Parts: sequence; structure tokens; C-alpha cells
Amino acid sequence: MDILERLSESLRIGDPEGVARLTKEAIEAGCEPQIILNHGLIAGMTIIGDKFRTHEIFLPDVLLAAKAMYAGMDVLRPILLRDDIPTLGKVVIGTVQGDLHDIGKNLVGIMLKGAGFEVIDLGHDVSPERFVGEAQRIGAAIIGMSALLTTTMQNMSKVIDLAQQRGLRPQTKIVIGGAPVSSDYARQIGADAYCFDCISAVDCAKRLVGV
Amino acid sequence: MTLSIRDRLKSGEILVGDGAIGTMLLAEGLLPGTCLEKLNLEEPERLEKLTRSYLDAGAEIVLTNTFGGSPLRLALYGLAEQVEEINANAVRAARTAVGDRAYVCGSCGPSGRLLQPYGDTSPQTVLESFERQMAALVGAGAEIICIETMTDLTEAALAIEAARRVSPAIPVLASMTFDPTPQGFFTIMGVSIKQAALGLARAGADVIGSNCGNGIADMVRIASEFRNNTQLPLLIRPNAGPPRLVEGRPVYDDTPAIMDSGFHRLLELGVQVVGGCCGTTPEHISTLRRTADRFIEAQRTSLHAQT
Repeated sequence: MDILERLSESLRIGDPEGVARLTKEAIEAGCEPQIILNHGLIAGMTIIGDKFRTHEIFLPDVLLAAKAMYAGMDVLRPILLRDDIPTLGKVVIGTVQGDLHDIGKNLVGIMLKGAGFEVIDLGHDVSPERFVGEAQRIGAAIIGMSALLTTTMQNMSKVIDLAQQRGLRPQTKIVIGGAPVSSDYARQIGADAYCFDCISAVDCAKRLVGV
Repeated sequence: MTLSIRDRLKSGEILVGDGAIGTMLLAEGLLPGTCLEKLNLEEPERLEKLTRSYLDAGAEIVLTNTFGGSPLRLALYGLAEQVEEINANAVRAARTAVGDRAYVCGSCGPSGRLLQPYGDTSPQTVLESFERQMAALVGAGAEIICIETMTDLTEAALAIEAARRVSPAIPVLASMTFDPTPQGFFTIMGVSIKQAALGLARAGADVIGSNCGNGIADMVRIASEFRNNTQLPLLIRPNAGPPRLVEGRPVYDDTPAIMDSGFHRLLELGVQVVGGCCGTTPEHISTLRRTADRFIEAQRTSLHAQT
């Protein structure tokens, strides 16, 4: 079996040591780091995402695969940085102010990283100032907001208003997700998109950055 | 109450539980996102009133307002130091409402943490968190522990172990939340009903089943699958349908009349503890009570006819 297929398989079974070792072997064998990333790690994470979406696998499998992916990224990152290989874009994510739920948001972060984005996770209970300030500081392509509660979801529009005021729109795209929100709500508050789950978040982010 | 719940369940008796606390408080105007358990310190009389309305509707088991009352959960609101007071107050409020006319059952929801190796929380941390909450509940007079809305079987087993450490004899109800998938019902952590039935029994629960996540129709399917996989008494607490957002607040559409035939079906399947979860109200419990009474009466009549 091709080394990148083995890498992808090792990621899918959630074996961080195997992923780290195979990533090193692939580098030593002369594989381009970008190829290792796309055809090894990201390919594996995409299969994991698809299987999660069809309920063939569950949250624990995704979390273990993500840990394995991080082990590969740790090996690859210095080389990607050295060669100045760009990521798909920077995404600032967080759960909105007043909201402490973060499992869904964490999954979105995992899948976006897995797809090749640079993800800056601000955690939960994130103020509009932090969302917008951080996005501005790093030049984020996307701000991703999550809310699980019907009252906290109303804080999403505060972030959008502040982003507008600071002149971040329309170049910085704003994406929302979480149990109480919908595409209608996204339209209503002027967000660029709503994502139903962590898999559609990846498709959506790619579309918004034009890949 | 005179008879122990253990004896009553062993003899096959049906016990009616209460309905939702959280969604009732939200309907009364409490803001989503506030710590529901903080009410135990600030306005216990509101809980008393709600629990009394469930008693009046015919509930024989009432849950305490302590779903998020473990130190791990309360820490999110900076209230971890007040675990004892928050849980004890909830038991007192429920007891004041029902006296000895219903069992006071201490509610324990998930820790909100992912256990190792999936997350970074150790089993010991989760065990100690549950143990501290349950010690406060039992110390204040809770007669039953209800471990609910679990999605991780390991966490549910740790909660059952914590209950056993606090009181070897206390009846423990343990229930998990399943999602319908094309492959059948699974929790988000991938636990099937069969695995839940075997795992919860092995961990030492007295009554097992499911709450939340589903309306009555799917709960009947879940109950039937549990029935095929266990001899233990079953507990089922459906939501009043899926939530729908109206002006930023969740609304549950399944009326007592819509849920009634499903309640009857649950009793036919031999479910012994039936109550309601999100969106259910004293009206739902009142309907359930009438249906359960008719069912019990019909059972008695047919038993007489046989002998």
C-alpha cells in the first residue's frame, strides 16, 4: 500500500504514533509536504467526516482521528512554515458571549483544521470585541460563531455589527452554527452563511474562501 | 412513603414521574443561559410551586432541580464551592412540595466533559464530581438517584459507581439519550441500546432506560428495544416533540392528547417508570396519570378474571 494511504488509514483508526511515524517516513521518502497534508492527513479526515455524517462512526472515532491528525501536523508544521506553504485561510471560531457550550464548536475546529485551515479557537463565552479584535489582528478570512441557547444567539448580530463598524465586512466572511440558529436567522442578522454541522462547515468555509 | 420503591418496582408496579423543570422555568420567563440551579439558592419557592403542580397532576416520583448540580458543571458559573448548598436546597424544595406523598429523586446530568482518551478529563475527576453532588443530595434526604441524559456509557457507569459509594442501598435510575440513525438508535458517543442495557445493568443500576432527545413515537421504539435486551425495570421520559423556535424561545408542540396513545403503548411494553422530559407540563403528567390509572385498573380486572 502507498505510504499516504497507510497514513490516511493510520489516522482513521486513531493511531497518533503511527501517523507521526508515517508522516516522518513520507518526508524522508521525498514526498512534498503539501502532498502529505492533502493526500494523507486531509484525505483521512475527509473519510472520517463522511462516515460521521452517515452515522457509520460516532464522536469518539472523530476525536481519536483528530488527535492522530494533530500528531501528523506537529511533524509537518515546521516544514510547511519553512517552505512558506499557505493554509486555506485563517478562521477565528468561538461560542458567543454568555454561552458555555463548546462541543459542537470544537468539532467544527477539528474538521476545519483537518481540511487545511488555520483555526484560532477563542473558546466559549467570547465577547464581540474579542471575535472582531482577533479577526482584525490576524487578518481572518472567516469568523465562525456558535450558540446553543436562544438568548445567546442574539449576541451573534452584535459581532456582525462590530465587524461592520471596524470595516471588516464584506472581506471577512461570517458563518454561524448551533442548535437554535438556521439559514433564515443567518439572513436576518446579515451573516454570510449558516452551517448545519461540522462537515457542512468545511464545505461552506471552502466555498467562502474560493477553493 | 410506606412501601419502598424497590419493593414496588419488584412487584411490577407502575410509577408515574414528573415532567420538565427547565423548559417550564423558561416558559415562565427565565432567560436561557442562566444557571437553573442557582434558583435553588435564590428562589426555592418557585421550584416548590412547580413540583407541587406535578404532585397535583399525579406524579409519584419528582426530580430535583439539580441536573447541572455537579461541581464540574457548576464551575462553569463559578458556583462549584456551593455544591452542597445548591443540591441540599433543591431536595428541601422538592420535599416541602410533596411531603411524603411522592419520592424525591436527585437528578444528576452529564459532567459536560469528554473523558480520556477522547477528551482530557480523567475518570477519577468525573467520579469525584458525581460523588460530591450525590452525597449532598442523599444527605438532604433524596430517596432515589436519577442519572439522566447520558451519552457516554463510561460516564454513566462512573455516575452509578458514585451513587453506590454514597449509598449502597439507594435505588439508582440510569437513562441515556439516543439519536435515530439509519442504522438504529445510538447516542452521539456511539452507544447502542443493547450496549446501554447491558452496560447500565452491569454497572449496577436498578432501573434503566432513556430520556430526552426524542418524542413519544421514537421513545416507544427505544423502549421496545430496551425490553428485548434487559430484565430490569424500565424508565422512559419523552420530550413533547422536537423543539421549534418562536421569537427566540423553544416551543414544544406535542400536546398531552398527542402523546397519550404513546404513553399507553409504553405501559403495554412493561415500562414501569414513565414521566416527561423537555416541553412536558403538569397537563401532560395529568394525562399520563389517567392513562396509567386506567391501565392499572384493566390489569387488575384481567388478573381477577384469570383467578
